[in-house]
Amino acid sequence: MIPADLKYAKSHEWVRIDGDIATIGISEFAQEQLGDLTFVELPAVGDTFEQGAEFGSVESVKAASELYAPIGGEVVEINEELEDAPEKVNESPYDEGWLIKLKISGEPEGLLDADAYKALIESEAH
Amino acid sequence: MKTIFEKSVAGREGCWPCDGLAAEAYIPKELLREEEIGLPSAGELDVVRHFTKLSQRNFGVDGNFYPLGSCTMKYNPKFTEVVAAMPGFTRLHPVLPQLKGAGHLCQGALEVMYETERLLCEITGMHSYTLHPMAGAHGELTGVMLMAAYHKDKGNEKTKIIVPDSAHGTNPASAAIAGYEVISIESRDGIIDPEALREVLDDKVAGMMMTCPNTLGLFEKNLPEIVRMLREVDALLYYDGANLNAVMGKMRVGDVGFDIVHLNLHKTFATPHGGGGPGSGPVGVSERVAPYLPISRVQKLEDGQFFLDYDYPKSIGYVAPFYGNFGVYLKAYAYILRLGGTGLTRATENAVLAANYMRKRLEKHFEIPYNRTCMHEFVAGAVHQAEKGVRALDIAKALLDKGHHAPTIYFPLIVKECIMVEPTETENKATLDHFVDDLIAIAELTEADPEAVQKAPVTLPVTRLDETLAARGMVLTEDMGS
Repeated sequence: MIPADLKYAKSHEWVRIDGDIATIGISEFAQEQLGDLTFVELPAVGDTFEQGAEFGSVESVKAASELYAPIGGEVVEINEELEDAPEKVNESPYDEGWLIKLKISGEPEGLLDADAYKALIESEAH
Repeated sequence: MKTIFEKSVAGREGCWPCDGLAAEAYIPKELLREEEIGLPSAGELDVVRHFTKLSQRNFGVDGNFYPLGSCTMKYNPKFTEVVAAMPGFTRLHPVLPQLKGAGHLCQGALEVMYETERLLCEITGMHSYTLHPMAGAHGELTGVMLMAAYHKDKGNEKTKIIVPDSAHGTNPASAAIAGYEVISIESRDGIIDPEALREVLDDKVAGMMMTCPNTLGLFEKNLPEIVRMLREVDALLYYDGANLNAVMGKMRVGDVGFDIVHLNLHKTFATPHGGGGPGSGPVGVSERVAPYLPISRVQKLEDGQFFLDYDYPKSIGYVAPFYGNFGVYLKAYAYILRLGGTGLTRATENAVLAANYMRKRLEKHFEIPYNRTCMHEFVAGAVHQAEKGVRALDIAKALLDKGHHAPTIYFPLIVKECIMVEPTETENKATLDHFVDDLIAIAELTEADPEAVQKAPVTLPVTRLDETLAARGMVLTEDMGS
């Protein structure tokens, strides 16, 4: 499940760009590889990140994994529901399981479209 | 199984001889507890049965095979316990060597410290050791602090430490706790790629932390080149000694060019493992890092007497109360003397042989991602089984039904559906075969009836636990009543 309207980072985050606001989450493939999430650590509103910077982390029963900003900007909103319900990321990675919203600063480089991302995860699976 | 608190019945108690004096005879009245302490009340037989049953549910290497990759759950010979329990050691007060005129009362213990340091120097080719760090992770932090002290003293401005993705997970943690920025580099074909190192190497790099053989059980073939590259920017090479049991007697890390090494005595030198300690993580250094070692340090006078020397102005200071966990490195000392150089080398050879034997027997049944001669452990991937819906986790659970401890799974992270096996040198061929046969049987069952594997374990006191619920809704307290 790779929505065609999103852009993807090689580190398996997705980004949905709406005007100057970017909504960010992790892909279906990422949540499936991680397994059931038990904790999501997100930044504070007002923090700024450059593209590729670590903005938080997720922990699952298998592993802890860093989150990298697929696009640079200032955090304007975080998904506070994830603090008590990290399973939303597993259940609905592209919708209710979104992580943060950024006010975009600068053009992102090297993001993948759905087809290119699909090719990436197929190559990683083998 | 009920807890002892749930089994408590008011008024029940055991029978044990005592002097009949009330607590007031020993403790000042104002310090006595006013309320009930809330301990369970149980008869002696209830208590004996309760704890006997608990012990029967415990799983340990004394009872079964424990091939936990990266953790070296080998059997520890019991004679070291006898040595550590000798009253000449257990009745010593740790302040004795610091008291004026009392040094002659603890010469034996000081000699053990001195000799253990010398033996570890001989085994690893380092210049000096400290025995003080209380466990491996503490040793790592001490080692990184030594690295920082070295650079500070030389006026180097260093901010970064490089950690390969095949290193132990504690390495980046130790570097970060010490205040360094951690730079991760990707392996190529399972080992460090000098090209990837070159890309991130600059004069801000304080050093690189390396686990060798790495967590894939592979030896770093490019070591000489890596040492040369780091030397060019005055970066130190740190050896995580967690896997020393794969090279002991074959390679001395000091000779190769490592500047700092920590050892996990419980892995290579057969001291107790797990349960939160006590541990011991001695740190060895090259001559250029020696001035920064923690104090105190044991010295030997010309007349053969030993004393504690605190006069090291460049030392990073104290890292532990007194001298670390004396009783633990005492056991390592006894183990080293008992095996000798030949015995230690044979231990290494047997550990590597056992891992390679199992790897070869399993290669037709599981994906072996780096299928070449490994060191003391190897990784397999349950990728074919995962296509049937049976993941590494299910295979690990199915092994419990067969009476084995599960191997490490999902680590290292760079291997899919990873199963990591470290048999250790203390297991015989029959045990290795038994485990391999059972693993093959599970792989065959996966083909025939994957659901049966997914349901495992079915023979244990508890079946499949909900690990997600346990992590999301943690209950860390027990109602002890009043």
